[in-house]
Amino acid sequence: MLLSEMKEGQTGIIVHVKGNNGALRRRVLEMGLTKGTKIYVEKYAPLKDPLELIIKGYHISLRVEEAANITVDRLMIVDC
Amino acid sequence: MPKLMHKKSITIALAGNPNSGKTTIFNNITGTRQKVGNWPGVTVEKKEGSVSKFGHDLKIIDLPGTYSLTPFSIEEIVARDFVLEESPDVVIDIIDASNLERSLYLATQLRELDCKVLFALNMADLATSRGTKIDADKLSELLDVPVVFTIGNKNTGIDSLLKVAIKLAGSKSKISQKRKVKYSNDIENSISKLQGFIEERIEQNLPYNIRWTAIKLLENDKIVRERIRQKIGNKSLEIFREVETHRKHLLDRFDDDPEIVMTDERYGFIAGIIKEVVTKSTKRRIDTSRNVDLVLTNRFVGFPIFILFIWIMFQTTFVVGSYPMEWIDSGVNWLSAILELFLPDSLFKDLLLNGIIAGVGSVIIFLPNILILFLFIAIFEDTGYMARAAFLMDKIMHLIGLHGKSFIPMLMGFGCSVPAIMATRTLESNKDRILTILITPFMSCSAKLPIYILLAGTFFSARAGTVIFLIYITGIILSIITGRLFRSTLFKGADAPFVMELPPYRVPMIKSLIIHMWDRSKMFLKKMGGIILVGSVIVWMLTAFPRNINYSMDYNKEINKINTSFMDKYSNADDYEKKQIEKQKNAAITKLKLAEKAEKAEKSFMGSIGKTIAPVFAPIGIDWRGSVALLTGFVAKEIVVSTLGILYTAEEADEPDALKNTLLASEMTSLSALSLMIFVLLYLPCVATIATIRRETGSLKWTLFSIVYNTSIAWAAAFCIYQGGKILGLT
Repeated sequence: MLLSEMKEGQTGIIVHVKGNNGALRRRVLEMGLTKGTKIYVEKYAPLKDPLELIIKGYHISLRVEEAANITVDRLMIVDC
Repeated sequence: MPKLMHKKSITIALAGNPNSGKTTIFNNITGTRQKVGNWPGVTVEKKEGSVSKFGHDLKIIDLPGTYSLTPFSIEEIVARDFVLEESPDVVIDIIDASNLERSLYLATQLRELDCKVLFALNMADLATSRGTKIDADKLSELLDVPVVFTIGNKNTGIDSLLKVAIKLAGSKSKISQKRKVKYSNDIENSISKLQGFIEERIEQNLPYNIRWTAIKLLENDKIVRERIRQKIGNKSLEIFREVETHRKHLLDRFDDDPEIVMTDERYGFIAGIIKEVVTKSTKRRIDTSRNVDLVLTNRFVGFPIFILFIWIMFQTTFVVGSYPMEWIDSGVNWLSAILELFLPDSLFKDLLLNGIIAGVGSVIIFLPNILILFLFIAIFEDTGYMARAAFLMDKIMHLIGLHGKSFIPMLMGFGCSVPAIMATRTLESNKDRILTILITPFMSCSAKLPIYILLAGTFFSARAGTVIFLIYITGIILSIITGRLFRSTLFKGADAPFVMELPPYRVPMIKSLIIHMWDRSKMFLKKMGGIILVGSVIVWMLTAFPRNINYSMDYNKEINKINTSFMDKYSNADDYEKKQIEKQKNAAITKLKLAEKAEKAEKSFMGSIGKTIAPVFAPIGIDWRGSVALLTGFVAKEIVVSTLGILYTAEEADEPDALKNTLLASEMTSLSALSLMIFVLLYLPCVATIATIRRETGSLKWTLFSIVYNTSIAWAAAFCIYQGGKILGLT
């Protein structure tokens, strides 16, 4: 599923990050959104966009449309 | 033993992620001996400090905070170039211990750069309290880098950090080549082949370490390519061809760009280190920052709290600020009263009292406002709330076609457009930057505030606060309209990604808040000594000259006439009548004197200029005095108030409300005051801002565009308000 389809409080593992613009895609990766990274959807902003994730022990925000570039495997655990 | 030994000078660069506590450590090392300037050629802030410690002169350079050294943003280019070109003796990488994994990305890049690097594991106490334990010895061993624990906000570990840095700078041993990032076999293969190829072809030294050069070429680093081309000319083509072969090979092998694969692998390497170095206790702990954030960015209360904070910021600025303002005001009045008494009448006295003291005095009074406003902005930044503001606002900003981060420069625009426009450097896309620069001047800067306070305070007394609030809102709304308009016409195309760290909330340090606030208020004071002083003198000169005016009547003769005519009445009147007559006489004389002053101002150079351009301002309800004040506002917005003060020469200069009363007595109405305020809000920015726009956009075209656009919008908006108001029958 896509990261943008995940709900608050769900956990997943990044499978793939796609993107047409290499430089921008690399920026996303450099912030730690790499393949195999465990992500936790902390919350969506009050206006439903952007969303806040916890990865590698820190909080990061992404727009929904950018999260739509990230494919994830949902993990069925309730823990982060 | 006499100390004749020459102290050795050591250059230490501080690198690190944003929010790693780098600035705190820098402040702790250098104290107040800081020099704030710009990196050559760009306007990224450069902080330098010198300190003598442990028998060495230490020069500390604070590099811009970055997450990576991939040269995408100007900050990253500046930081990398400094390490590459200036070769500091030691680079200290400040690592946020509670955020080790991501911090190590920059650390491994520094490690690859082949400089003497040392890690400061900062805020490890915080990490420990969150259940994360870091084995520093292991980390040091794995990356072959000295590691020191520091707690920046408690000033712990700083001395040992400096001691290790000095020792490292003095060590002759070569920088260890092992234990840098190890990539997968395919990539390592390409790196070593390319390395060999480069070594074979090239006799003279390449600018940088060969392995690093090979890695950067595989990553298609444009800056490194360009430097190599400059250094070895045509021979570089051979190398680039070889690079292409390898890149193609890797692309086939991984089905992805080599730079992407290498980013992935760097994080893979880091994950390996983390596994060996970090132990996490499974015990769940209360994460205060996370709980605070659940409230501050809450679906329901997030926005109300945000608006409340902004409201508190402005309310404090004005209400609390009004007390010190009164003290400054009485101080200035006292000074001019003393001078009035003791100086003989002369042109110089006129210049000093009516030009310099009146001009600068009417502006310095706003120093408390500006200090408070910058204090709030510093608090927002240092607590981490600024990032939440961007998080909350991104959806809205995105509707205008901007990045949530654009909100930060725009918010700073309420302080001063100059640092605000500089802050657009945090935006990665050039389009976003120019668009943000163009709309930032609509955020009403603090220099415009004195004008609103004067006009709204005079004409809307009880509702002044509301009126000023609405003025600010008008600016915001117009910036939204402008943003949307330009985004769909001049700046079409994709937006920059919104990848932003939300740092944990921190209690700000008083020292850092004060340094922050002071750095920015200093700019205001510098303006005061320079531009505003010069501006006040010019305005005074234009008002005081020409000296010999052809008055429409001989005022002195008229006054004498009154004196004699009343003398006649006086002779045959009783005591009561005498008093009445006295009153009438004085009133008549004052009237004449004021008329003389008004005529003098009208016939001065300034009056002529104002009258020439007045027809342009007539439809928006601004008379020639207003026109002149607006013209002088080009130098600096603060001057508008002092110009009004000079032009509406107040009856009794020592009375604090003199200007207010004179304005009320003039033909200015609340409607025309409102129109004037709107015009001030929107029209062309001050000289300093225009210079900054020119520098930051690097384009004269955009600068002129900004001037013309702002001024036209200002006129149109003021026209609508004034004419609309008149139709509605408001005054």
